[in-house]
Amino acid sequence: MTNSQSNGLNRADLLLLLLRLRTFVALILVLAYFSYAAPNFLSTANAVIVSKHVALNALLAIGMTFVIITGGIDLSVGSIVGLCAMVTGWLVLNGIDTGLGYTVWFNTVEIVGIVTLVGVLVGVANGVLITRLGVAPFIATLGTLYIARGAALLSSDGRTFPNLTGSVEYGTASFPFIGMGTILGLPVIIWILIGLGLLAQYISRRTTLGRHIYAVGGNERGAALSGVKVARIKMFVYMFSGFCAAIVGIVVASQLQASHPATGETFELNAIAAAVLGGTSMSGGRGRIGGTIIGAFVIGILSDGLIMMGVSSFWQTVIKGVVIIAAVVIDQAQSKLQSRVALQQEAAAGK
Amino acid sequence: MSDAHPIGLTIRGGVKVYPGTRALKGVDFDLRMGAVNVLVGENGAGKSTLMKVIAGVESLTEGRIEMGGQEVSFRSKADAVAKGIGIVFQELNLFPNLTVAENIFIAREPLRYGIDIDAAAQSEAARKLMARLEQDIDADTPLGNLRIGQQQVVEIAKALAQDARILILDEPTSALSAAEVEVLFRVIADLKAQGVGIVYISHRLDELIRIGDYITVLRDGEITGAQSMQGVDIPWIVKAMIGEGSKEFPRVEAPVFGDDVFSAKEITLPRLGGGYTVDHVSLAVRSGEILGVYGLMGAGRTEFLECAMGLHPMARGQFSIEGKPLTERDVTGRIARGLALIPEDRKRDGLVQIMAIRENLTLSALNRFARLFHLNLRAEAKGAVEFVKRLTIKVASAENPVSSLSGGNQQKVVIGKALMTEPKILLMDEPSRGIDIGAKAEVFRTMRKLAASGLGILFVTSDIEEVMALSDRIIVMANGRITGEFLPNAGAAAVISAATPNKSKDAAA
Repeated sequence: MTNSQSNGLNRADLLLLLLRLRTFVALILVLAYFSYAAPNFLSTANAVIVSKHVALNALLAIGMTFVIITGGIDLSVGSIVGLCAMVTGWLVLNGIDTGLGYTVWFNTVEIVGIVTLVGVLVGVANGVLITRLGVAPFIATLGTLYIARGAALLSSDGRTFPNLTGSVEYGTASFPFIGMGTILGLPVIIWILIGLGLLAQYISRRTTLGRHIYAVGGNERGAALSGVKVARIKMFVYMFSGFCAAIVGIVVASQLQASHPATGETFELNAIAAAVLGGTSMSGGRGRIGGTIIGAFVIGILSDGLIMMGVSSFWQTVIKGVVIIAAVVIDQAQSKLQSRVALQQEAAAGK
Repeated sequence: MSDAHPIGLTIRGGVKVYPGTRALKGVDFDLRMGAVNVLVGENGAGKSTLMKVIAGVESLTEGRIEMGGQEVSFRSKADAVAKGIGIVFQELNLFPNLTVAENIFIAREPLRYGIDIDAAAQSEAARKLMARLEQDIDADTPLGNLRIGQQQVVEIAKALAQDARILILDEPTSALSAAEVEVLFRVIADLKAQGVGIVYISHRLDELIRIGDYITVLRDGEITGAQSMQGVDIPWIVKAMIGEGSKEFPRVEAPVFGDDVFSAKEITLPRLGGGYTVDHVSLAVRSGEILGVYGLMGAGRTEFLECAMGLHPMARGQFSIEGKPLTERDVTGRIARGLALIPEDRKRDGLVQIMAIRENLTLSALNRFARLFHLNLRAEAKGAVEFVKRLTIKVASAENPVSSLSGGNQQKVVIGKALMTEPKILLMDEPSRGIDIGAKAEVFRTMRKLAASGLGILFVTSDIEEVMALSDRIIVMANGRITGEFLPNAGAAAVISAATPNKSKDAAA
């Protein structure tokens, strides 16, 4: 009797462990399948290409994860990418005309600084709308989505800024390096992802800020009554999300050596998908940076692998949708099982 | 008298067992038609359970229910509704975005040819009900535009629309103003005249005496008094409610009080629609003292605590800690000054359910374990374990989710969270709500220990026994005002009558 009961508990525990690691399991399955079905898939060259594709989405998804953990959503990141790409292009090509007959030019580092500031400022706008003016996050960021996209289009009248190769004269010769260079054999973008990923992981696990982010998402009223400065925490997550989007904007402009105002359209949806696939709960309070990054890799590997196999891109879109829904369905199953196991443990401890 | 008021429903030997508790222990109850049957008892005495049984929400474990001499069994609320039993719960189940008529006929909408809603017939029927209740309420106004008292009437109309012959009202006046109470009482008198049997639950004893025809008193799941209202007065009810031998939470030693650690001067909080929710409240708590604030729901006790924590920007007045005025405006600042609140609603306000026990314990005091922004997780875990031990929280591991704990242990986590901030004064709102009797005793022991160590404790309760047994001093609030101050050796009856809002004075003021 006792034996069979403990067996049942163990089986539930094992299942629970498997469900918790589901994103990782999915990653391994996807990898295994494509290395079998598409030769060359596991080659180093291909791995680097895939990683470069994934990195952009992963960066956005990291910022998005913090936002979603607080119970919010940031729809504006795709547009921030576009806007920041355009600002980058403008600064590299035109500098800033002071209106006094001369133009101020910036070097690469300065440009990166200015553009990230633009991204953070859009995040500030989101944060002010949400915390001070009480606009629902979905609506506030939907508004800034349109505003930022419109601003990007206005900046060039809808045209592309071409030939962003930089110039030695203005100290921007290093600009293409951001998108195309490598350090120790790894693309710069991968290093950025590693750096930002570690930073976000550190924030989420080892800082008061991170703990407060989870508390706000878990129970906003309770957190406020415990002395958590809810408005400040929310402000931070939208600023951080804007920061991540700005980095992506710079990288895209540098990769393409051109910036187009439509850059980043629907990026926000991919970022949300990666976060959700990685186990972030849309109702807030739950999510991991590591999970999100793995989620981004599952999506990226899936689409690149399907391309290599010659599957129509239309089918890829369908498959992506199926994977996301499946992830959430499994997530629901997990939380149900988890609460059941916790209850059983409590009952066993109580009696 | 019994001829004038025939018995409409009887319960014989009613027993209801929940996991771990017997909520009803062999209850015999007669419900008389054309009369107001009042039901009274302390929180947890079994009133709500009894009503839920009659309304079909719960079914009896043992015993039987009879109507008109025949045994009936209600498997669901719909069964009870079919027998003409309606219930108006304390929390209104209404839709503010729908009209009065739509609310009354929700989920039972009259249809035209079984296809679309017959709005005209629905409005007409609603109008007739409002006329029957002598209410000047337009059936087509959105419910959200009505005052709470009117909404209560709509809820009653909803029950009547289902041909209720028996109407249960659970604390209907707790959210009403004095004028609205009068309206409700007129409605009740009309219904009585129409032969409806009314069950009326309330904590406001003067109300019961005023409108009751028969009274039933419950204590710990047993009926301790049942008779016609003639000759019943407040002392009789109090005696039946709390009995002779009250439960003891004995003091370990004579308490030693220090200086005032917390004081409030002329605190006011304006009420929506005029008047004050907290009406010029001044009080002080000494270190080592347990001050009990007793009052009924809506007396302004909770709001007063919220003012102290800085949750109401509209509040005026001066709080001081150790004689120094409290100038911090936000919760964070006030916690830093030594205030800590243990909220009434653990689930909603006290805990982050999906976080671990450790994370909940340290949430208010994370800075203790952080240098700048870097959290020392090892120190945090140590601190959490220390508090788990100190408060004897029964857990397998501090890493388990807090939602896996029982109510009493969850409450201890909330207390632990407050203590971690090293408060000078602890504000506790209904500290024993929703926890069983054993856990209650333990929470009280903890409070005693904390007070003995020099903390000032201000706790708010609507449980008379609790306030009598636990407090070093008792302050009574009613309608936002302090209406009395007692020492614990004062009689329960005096405290209760001080808590009963004086209607005539209200009307004059």
